[in-house]
Amino acid sequence: MLNYILSRILTFIPTFVGVTLISFGFIRVLPGDPIIVMAGERGMSDARYAELSAQYGFDQPLYKQFWDYLTGVVQGDLGNSFVTKRPVWDEFFALFPATLELSICAMLFALALGLPAGVIAAVNRGKFFDRALMSTALIGYSMPIFWWALLLIIVFSGNLQWTPVSGRIDLLYYFPDPTGFMLIDSLASGQSGAFKSAVRHLILPTIVLGTIPLAVIARQTRSAMLEVLGEDYIRTARAKGLSTGRINGIHALRNALIPVITVIGLSVGTLLAGAILTETIFSWPGIGKWMVDSIFRRDYPVVQGGLLLIAVMVMVVNLTVDMLYGVINPKIRKR
Amino acid sequence: MTDTSAETSTRPGRLSEFWFYFRENRGAVIGLWIFAAFAFVALFGPWIAPHDPTAQYREFALLPPFWQEGGNSSYLLGTDPLGRDMLSRLIVGARYSFFVGIVVVSIAASGGIILGLLSGFAPKWLDTIIMRIMDIILAFPSLLLALVLVAILGPSLTNAMIAIAIVLQPHYVRLTRASVLAERQKDYVTSARVAGASKARLMFITVLPNCLAPIIVQAALSFSTAILDAAALGFLGMGAQPPTPEWGTMLAEAREFILRAWWVVTFPGIAILVTVLAINLMGDGLRDALDPKLKRS
Repeated sequence: MLNYILSRILTFIPTFVGVTLISFGFIRVLPGDPIIVMAGERGMSDARYAELSAQYGFDQPLYKQFWDYLTGVVQGDLGNSFVTKRPVWDEFFALFPATLELSICAMLFALALGLPAGVIAAVNRGKFFDRALMSTALIGYSMPIFWWALLLIIVFSGNLQWTPVSGRIDLLYYFPDPTGFMLIDSLASGQSGAFKSAVRHLILPTIVLGTIPLAVIARQTRSAMLEVLGEDYIRTARAKGLSTGRINGIHALRNALIPVITVIGLSVGTLLAGAILTETIFSWPGIGKWMVDSIFRRDYPVVQGGLLLIAVMVMVVNLTVDMLYGVINPKIRKR
Repeated sequence: MTDTSAETSTRPGRLSEFWFYFRENRGAVIGLWIFAAFAFVALFGPWIAPHDPTAQYREFALLPPFWQEGGNSSYLLGTDPLGRDMLSRLIVGARYSFFVGIVVVSIAASGGIILGLLSGFAPKWLDTIIMRIMDIILAFPSLLLALVLVAILGPSLTNAMIAIAIVLQPHYVRLTRASVLAERQKDYVTSARVAGASKARLMFITVLPNCLAPIIVQAALSFSTAILDAAALGFLGMGAQPPTPEWGTMLAEAREFILRAWWVVTFPGIAILVTVLAINLMGDGLRDALDPKLKRS
């Protein structure tokens, strides 16, 4: 087991360096000199240009620049935003809770509907429920979520006026945000209506972001359940006279969950990519919107740092899932 | 679809066997028909479209579809805020999505297959290098990496296609490599090697045809991913640029009118959804028909 963990961590290191190299190279292949971009419309004198070059280390040889960047990254220094002048690291972690809250809600939504849907479909294999659920899942899987978001806005915000269109909470509420999670902070603030407002803001983005994971989980649960339902121990359980509910719910689902857990872990990348679209449409102040805005503002340090942090996050989650999988399923370790 | 039939027909009877299993899956056949219609519209769009997709009929701006009050039967699905005919734009837009799918899948698949074959046959160090690079690409969420690549290359449909192809490539590499590693152990490969087949012959003629099944399925699935991602980039303003009638770009232009004119938002989305759904249905059918493990279950 220890060997397995060590070998996984060893492959993590070159990937990490590579990811850093890509985000480092990014700022150097962009059209336009970053320092000229920073100067903006006003332009600058040659002396000032040289001074800024030296300040940002652009006058150093490339390998030296990369080394400085890498050592900076390891110490949590990703440079400062051109626009706000604040450290990229601080900005990222100030906005990250918003994305995390939305992603957790989306995942819970996907699990709450996807697991039962997959189980019901598998148990009714080939019958009406199976076909209906799996067709719906395939539609969800094929959904352009940016369009789905617009449709939901038309129906629920436009016609029915049930939910707000953008943001995390109504502007009339103001309270400190120690955790960054609007649901927790609004409850803790004790202001009446704040929590309800936060929930209402969260509903549509959650549905939009959760749609594709929901479809994937439903499909995966169904196929995992079908596999498990064919096993001998299920036949034994049936022969013992256990109730169908107990067999499906306890014996089968528990074993079917293993591949489903992997899928959940692997959908972190999907969630973050979806967050880019969802947050842009709903003006959700998270890292997805922050990245898109920075790309349009040509705020290179932010794009560079954000790209790196997001990639490292995905890698860490994948590594954790791999290891968890090794713990749950001993067959994997031997590879 | 034509490339599938070309590959499967190299051995007699394989095409008919494939069709036998593919036909079993009703959804897949429906998907195939929709896809054929989509391909037809994509190829002949400009001749089918009732109006020029970029012509602006200013006096008819934001006209609703013909069945609604105020609709006009010469603009069947209504007009957009600039008075352009929605139906014509959707028809001509099919060609961009189709083109994106074809180009992205060709680049990603050919590059991925070559790298995967190399990786499967190469000495360990080269294999490790290739696979680590693929890991690195996979560490970035695909849409984010595509967005950043387009920011580097400049927003346009061509650059969006290049970016999406780069992002999708690692899947082909991994898939090809995995099947190559499994096939390499088999006796027919050993006998070909003993008979003196060159490395290139072993790779492309002996092993590759036997690895194609999962790659074909992946090609179908990434065709739909490419269409979705290109539309998403267009929606974010980083793909095809206005006035190109690309479906995602059309949605982006229509955003501010969502509460006043439902049709400018609804139809492009339906076009994307139906196309992607048809391809995914087809992909599911291909997988069932080509995967021998699932065939008789």
